[in-house]
Order: sequence, then structure tokens, then C-alpha cells
Amino acid sequence: MRSLRAAAALALTGCGASPTYLRGSGYVADRLATLGWGLLAIAAAVVVVIGLLVLAAVLRRRPPASTDRMSSAGGLSWIVIGGIVVPAVILLGSMVYSLRVLAATDRPEAKPALAIQVIGHRWWWEVRYPGSSPQETFTTANEIHVPVGLPVQLELTAADVIHSFWIPQLAGKTDLIPGQRNVAWIEADTAGRYWGHCGEYCGLQHANMMMAVVAEAPAEFSRWLEAQRRPAPTPSLPAALAGRAVFTRTACAMCHTVRGTEASGVLGPDLTHLASRRSIAAGALTNSHGNLAGWIANPQALKPGVLMPAVPLQPDELHALVSYLRDLR
Amino acid sequence: MATTAPAIPGRAPDERLHQIWETKPGLLGILGTVDHKEIGRRYLVTSFLFLIAGGLEAVVMRLQLTRSDLRLLQPEQYNQLFTMHGVTMIFWYAAPVLSGFSNFLWPLLIGARDMAFPRLNAYSYWTFLLSGIFLYSSALVGQVPDGGWFAYVPLTRDAFSPGLNMDFYALGLVFLTISTTAGAINFIVTLFKLRAPGMSINRIPLFMWGTLTNSFSVLFALPALTVACVMLYLDRGVGTRFFDPGGGGHPLLWQHLFWIFGHPWVYIIVLPAMGIVSHALPTFCRRPLVGYTTVALATVTTGILGFGVWVHHMFATGLPPLATSFFSAASFAITIPSAIAVFAWIATIWTGRPVVRTPFLFMVGFIVLFVIGGVSGVATAAAAFDQQLTDTYFVVAHIHYVLIGINLFPVVAGIYYWFPKITGRMMSERLGRWNFWTMFLGFNLGFFPMHIAGLLGMPRRIYTYPAGLGWDTVNLITTIGSFVFAAGVLLLVINVIYSRRRGLPAGPNPWDAYSLEWATSSPPPPYNFAVIPTVGSRHPLWEERLDEGGRSILSEGPALDEKGEKETVESSPLDSRLTDVLRMPEDTYYPFLHALAVMLTFYGLLLRSHRVAGVGLLLVALLTAGWLWPARRELREEE
Repeated sequence: MRSLRAAAALALTGCGASPTYLRGSGYVADRLATLGWGLLAIAAAVVVVIGLLVLAAVLRRRPPASTDRMSSAGGLSWIVIGGIVVPAVILLGSMVYSLRVLAATDRPEAKPALAIQVIGHRWWWEVRYPGSSPQETFTTANEIHVPVGLPVQLELTAADVIHSFWIPQLAGKTDLIPGQRNVAWIEADTAGRYWGHCGEYCGLQHANMMMAVVAEAPAEFSRWLEAQRRPAPTPSLPAALAGRAVFTRTACAMCHTVRGTEASGVLGPDLTHLASRRSIAAGALTNSHGNLAGWIANPQALKPGVLMPAVPLQPDELHALVSYLRDLR
Repeated sequence: MATTAPAIPGRAPDERLHQIWETKPGLLGILGTVDHKEIGRRYLVTSFLFLIAGGLEAVVMRLQLTRSDLRLLQPEQYNQLFTMHGVTMIFWYAAPVLSGFSNFLWPLLIGARDMAFPRLNAYSYWTFLLSGIFLYSSALVGQVPDGGWFAYVPLTRDAFSPGLNMDFYALGLVFLTISTTAGAINFIVTLFKLRAPGMSINRIPLFMWGTLTNSFSVLFALPALTVACVMLYLDRGVGTRFFDPGGGGHPLLWQHLFWIFGHPWVYIIVLPAMGIVSHALPTFCRRPLVGYTTVALATVTTGILGFGVWVHHMFATGLPPLATSFFSAASFAITIPSAIAVFAWIATIWTGRPVVRTPFLFMVGFIVLFVIGGVSGVATAAAAFDQQLTDTYFVVAHIHYVLIGINLFPVVAGIYYWFPKITGRMMSERLGRWNFWTMFLGFNLGFFPMHIAGLLGMPRRIYTYPAGLGWDTVNLITTIGSFVFAAGVLLLVINVIYSRRRGLPAGPNPWDAYSLEWATSSPPPPYNFAVIPTVGSRHPLWEERLDEGGRSILSEGPALDEKGEKETVESSPLDSRLTDVLRMPEDTYYPFLHALAVMLTFYGLLLRSHRVAGVGLLLVALLTAGWLWPARRELREEE
């Protein structure tokens, strides 16, 4: 379990590094990272200076007291300089700088190349790529592909409770709120996989509500888009063919859609091209034969509280089903 | 009015006062006392028990997060633990512990004999205790609140949270607001009407400015919480749709209401604590605080500005940039009054002659933690960057530097400082040093790495995390630090228990402090002061030595013992001229019984039982009537 989840995390990030937003990629995240470093540097300097002042105030040598007379005089200049003038200058500077960054990152310089709709569910992400015709429109889940170097607009809402869209190395959070349409945008400068996590507590499996943004060269992105638009291919292997029958016959089809079959449920993720995705269960597990089998057999064991029920299947049915899902490229 | 009481043969005046004011032993004394000192002690002990409960919840969570992918806790348990940890600490510890100090000290600081409304004071305590029991009774039925301490809808609406869990939360908080509101009214009226003659408003201790600001903030902020919780309860149980977008409601309505209350609440639980430092630090620096007026004004300013920054909790909700910018700027501005206070403290230490004792150590530690919590707060005020920081461990680190640094450290300083006054004995200085360093180092070891976890992208409120994201080491260090910190709190408890029996006798003024509470014996007699003093300056006990001028009269004044009834003086609100003598109520069961009836009503509402709620309400009405029924003697006086 441990290594599986670690592998899933790697599958999401694409490498072993932390998803720190102090090292961003792209127009927004770059500016936020620079702002962040600036604010943290000021913060560190303030803490060090005041810490030293406190230490000096306690430890500094004083002439021996001659009387027990006390004076209430003195010290007011500390308040004027340290408490008002210096902080006012620092705060005003930080404020102007941060408000400028806010204005600069509010919307992209160029018109977005693409608009994607993201709908938050407990506990996964529905991702819609609207096209100019119904045939070109498709839905996928938990993995968002974008062309590198181009701004992409995100239209965000939620189906149940509040979630928050967050790809730390691409942009800050924007909430997905039921009954409200929020707009955000991202732009990745370098190709790669970017890890994302739900940024608002959303119940039992908030911890396992992850996603990935895959930024790829425009040509590669177009190929991906083409592939995703196509309905699922008819399986070639007999086991997969049997699996498709299991899928459409059992409860699977009540919640999941596989375009090109009669399975058209909308409660769970669209599985038309499941095999093209690197992880399952919103990043909880890597997408492998064994994980798929374990997940279908007992989802509660791997993601306690998940809304997907266990579907009772014979071992050969399960095997066929997994073969089918592995075939959905 | 006699300045000294005529002597009754064989009986000193003090003894007569004692007889008038003492709490009678037995059941009436336990359940019916209206003595502010007893109520203050109970507040302190009870809120500390809640602190320990919340702390144990935190420690269990830290075990779960020690490494990636641990399975000590089920997600449901973890969610209940972090919810109860937050709710307990923020509502049932942080504010009530300050009410404890204020209750014990308020009349002592102003030279009065009790609070303005002693029965209401007892009622505040009982509703505080019973609402806490109400909240924790959720554990008995296994339906503990699990929606987080700010309980965002729709997650907490019945559709997604069908059990009683969040009903306990909503009703428990409404129940608690009764206590908090009653307490705030009492502090305000007592401060403005019961001060000893001569104690004009510019002479009250800075601790009182903190609690006064806190009390006004309570009166204006709490209604928003009450309204929100009532709406949540109605949405869940009655079918209203205040927060349901499908029925014309909106989920963000909850967030606005909650944070309009919630951000002032942050200042509610830190301003009196800052006041403790402004009050006690001069004693150890052997000089008055630098900039009394500036600090008092900064306190009030913070309280007011605190109402204008709530949206900085909502920077990710998709509000327009103009609104975001406004609240971002306001959140930067609110730093200034805090900076004023910090430099007032540093200047006081710098220009004073510090005597390093345990309370002083905790206050100095507090200043450092305050600054760290302050600058991390400035980082979150920058709206653009906050969209990264919000809901990560960086914010968890920030809130703990604020709540532990600015609330718990001053509270512990206050415990060491006033323990001699409360019990008559000193706390062990040696244990105190160990206590401070364990808490201070453990706290920083545990909570500083949380900043880093947050900057590494770790979201808050996740019951587990995968390996491979680089969060294991910081979490391991945090868990170790939290255990060291918990050991520090344990040392405090040991010191309190040990010193209560074995501590050195304190005498009236062991720290050679300046303010009125040290002018009476330790512990103070039931009547506080043998005579009502006349106050001539801000530092009545330092006047001999201080270049400030003013002359207080502490040993002569009205004894108010002629009638054989509880009496204290009433004075004008600002310049504190004597205006009247007030008769104070005797011990009574009414506050306790009334609080019990309210509790019954809340259980009725919880179970949606009209019968139980109806009986509860009827009892509330009868007990209110009984409580307010004029005593026969009052009727005679009317004639």
C-alpha cells in the first residue's frame, strides 16, 4: 500500500520533488513565487531584527541602581520609530507590490487558447473539454492536459460540496462552489506533469482528492485531444470483450460512461480512455492491473468512505473487466 | 457614609464583612455561589481541562501524521479529531480562560467587591460548562462534529452530513454564545460603573482595555455566529434553504457570516492576553509601561479594524479583485497597532531593569512568537500569495503561532503571575524554568516546520499523505516537537498541583507590583478590600517611588458593612466620581437551574423533540420569572 501510493504520488508529480509553489512554472506561478520569496525574506528579516532587539533589551548591561526611584519617562521614540514609521514603510511597500501582483495575475495577457470546465465531486474531478460540436466535446477525469506556453481558462464549479482547484506550481487556489461559476486560468511554461490537490476540506476523502495537469507541446496536445474525442475502441482481445460485457451488464454502467457503449452513467468519472490516465481514484493509486482489480473488488479498503460501491464479481469476471479497462486507451 | 465602621463589641469590622460576603459551605456554596473569585477559579480550571482535552486530540492526530500512509486512524476519526480540537481550543478554551482571569481580577483591579451582575456572572460560568458538556456528549452517541471548526456548507448541510454531528456543533455554539454574551455585558457594566472613586478611565490597567475591547467585539461579532448557526440548524432540521444553491440560497453566505464573526474572534482571544502582558510586564521591568495611552488606543483600534478584514479568509472564493484588494490592504493595515504594542513592550524592557522570573520568561517568549505569528499573518494578507498559502500547513502554523503564542503563553505567564494572589502560594521557580524552556523549544520545534510543510505544498485537514512528496521529515519533526510541547504543558500542571500544597507563602504583594489587586491579602478575603480605596494614579502601590504624581488612599474609605448586606460603590463611567452604593445579591440556585433548563431545551432541539424542548422552555420561563422576582425586602423598600 505504502509503495503503491508513493508511486501514485510520483505518477502525479512526474518526479520525486515536493510540489512547492516557491518554484513555479508559468506566468502566474512565477510571479507568485517571487512575491512569496519577497514576503518571506521580509518576514525573516523582521523576526531576526526584533528577536535580537528583545534579546539585547533583556541582557544589556545597566549601570547599578543608586536609588529605588522609578521613572515613567522615556521610550516613546521606540513606539514612533519601531511601532509606526518602520512598519508603515515596510507594510506599504509590501502591500503595493502584492496588489500589483494580484492585478497582474488576475487575467492572462493573451486571450486563452482553450477553456476547460472542471466540476468538483466528492472525491474526484470531472473535466470537460467543450468542442465546437457535440462530437468534439468530451469528458474525462482527474487528469487535465494543456498545451505548454499557452494560457488556458478554467471554469470551475462543484456538484456537491465546496472544493478548491489547486496546482501549486501553476497557480493559487480558486474554489469550486456549487451554484457558482468561478473562472481561473493557468499557463505552464515547461512541459511536464504538475501535481494538484483539492484545496478545501470536503469530507472523508479530502486527503485523496488529487489530480495532475499534463502540459505538453501543442502538437502532442492536439494528438491527445484527437484521441480523447474518439469513442472507446472495440476491444480486440477476447478477455477484454468479455470485460466489456461485464461492464455494461453490472452496476458499473450505472455510474460510469464509456463512450461507444451503452454505459452512460454520470455519477462517477468517465472511463472512455481510462487506460490513458496514469492514476486512478483521483490520484490515490497508480493505474495498474493489480490496483484496478483491488480497487474494483474493494474500494472501501483503499479509499475508506469513497462513494463507489463494491460490485460483487466472480474472479474471472473481475479479471475480464480489468482487461477491458486496461484496453481503454 | 462612615469612613470607618463603628465597632461592635468583640467583633472587628473585617470579621463582619467576612460574614456578609463569605460563600456559605454546602450545596448552596457549590451550586449557588456568586463570588467572582470562585467563579473565576472555576473558569480557569474548566477551560484548562478543555485545553487538555483539545491537546490530547492534537497529539493523537500528530501520531497519525508522523509518517506517510499511517493507518492508526480512520478518516472519519481523524476528521472528528481535528474538528473537536479546533472547536474546543478556539471556543471552549481560548476565550473562557481569559474570562477566568477577568472574572477573578476585574473587581480586584478596580477596588470593587464583586461584578456588577454577580448572578449573571455565575450564569455565564454554568452555561459555559454545560454547553461544553453538551458538545462533548456527542461522543457518547458516536456522532461527533466532523465538519471542521468553521463548518463550511454545503458539506455540513444534512445532505452531506446526515447524523447529529453538526447539530451538536450548531446548537453547542449557540448555547455557548449565551455564556460569552452575558460575560461581555458584565465586564462592560462592571468596568464603567463599579470602579473605586478616583480610578478614572485613563487609570485602569491595560489588561482591562484588552478585555473591554474584547467585550464590545463579542457583542457585535457573536450575533453573526448565532445567526449562522441557527440558519444551519434550520437548514439541517427544518428544511429551510439558506445555504442551498438549489433553493435560492448560497454557500458563501455562511462564509461571510462566519468570518464576520470569526476574524473579530481572533482579536477577542488575543487582546486580553496581550493585555496580561502589558499589565504584568512593568512589574518585572521595574517601571511603568512605555506608552500607556498609545497601547490603549492601539488595542481599541485593533478591535475596530478587526471587523474589516474578514474577507481575507475568502481570497480563493472567486470574489472580484477590487473587493479582494480592499480587504488585503485592510489586513496589512491592522499590523500597525500590533507593532505599536510590540515596541511598547520592547521599550519597557529596554528602559527598565528586568527581573527574570518565570512570568517574565513567558512574556518575552510571547513577544518573539507574536512577531513570528504576525509576519506570517502579513504573508497571508497579500491576497495573491494567500491563494497559495490558504488551506495549507502554512496557515496551520500561523494560527498556532497566534493562538499558542499570543494566547497560551500570556495565559501561562498570567498563571505564574497571579497564582500567588489566587492561592496565597508561590509557584516553584525551578519547575517554572523547566516549564518555560520545554514549552518554548517544544513549541518551535513542533510548529515552525509546519510553515515549511505548507510551503512544500501540504494541504491542511488531510488524514494521511503519500510518500514521495517530501513531507515525511517535516512531519516527523512536528510530531516530536508536539510531544515535547505537551510535556511542557504537563510540567505546568505538575507545578500548579505541587505549588498549591507546597508553594512558599506569598504575602499580599510578592512581586512588588503596582496595581490594586496586590493591595489586599493573598488569597483575597471574600469582600476583596476592607474599605473601598480611593485611587490617585495608574500605579497606586508605586506612588512613593514614582515620578508620576497622584496619591491613592488604600487604608481608609467606606467599609459598607453597616447594613449587614452585600454592598459596593457605584461611580460615574469616565472620571469615576462616587454616585451611589449598590446592594449586591446573595448566593442563589437560579443561575445553575436556569442553565440546566436551557441545556434541556437544547437537547430537545437536538433530538427534534417538541415535548422535551417545550418542557425546557417552560422551565426557562419559570426560572427566569423566579430569578427576577423581587425579594420581599425590595418590595418594602419600594413602598
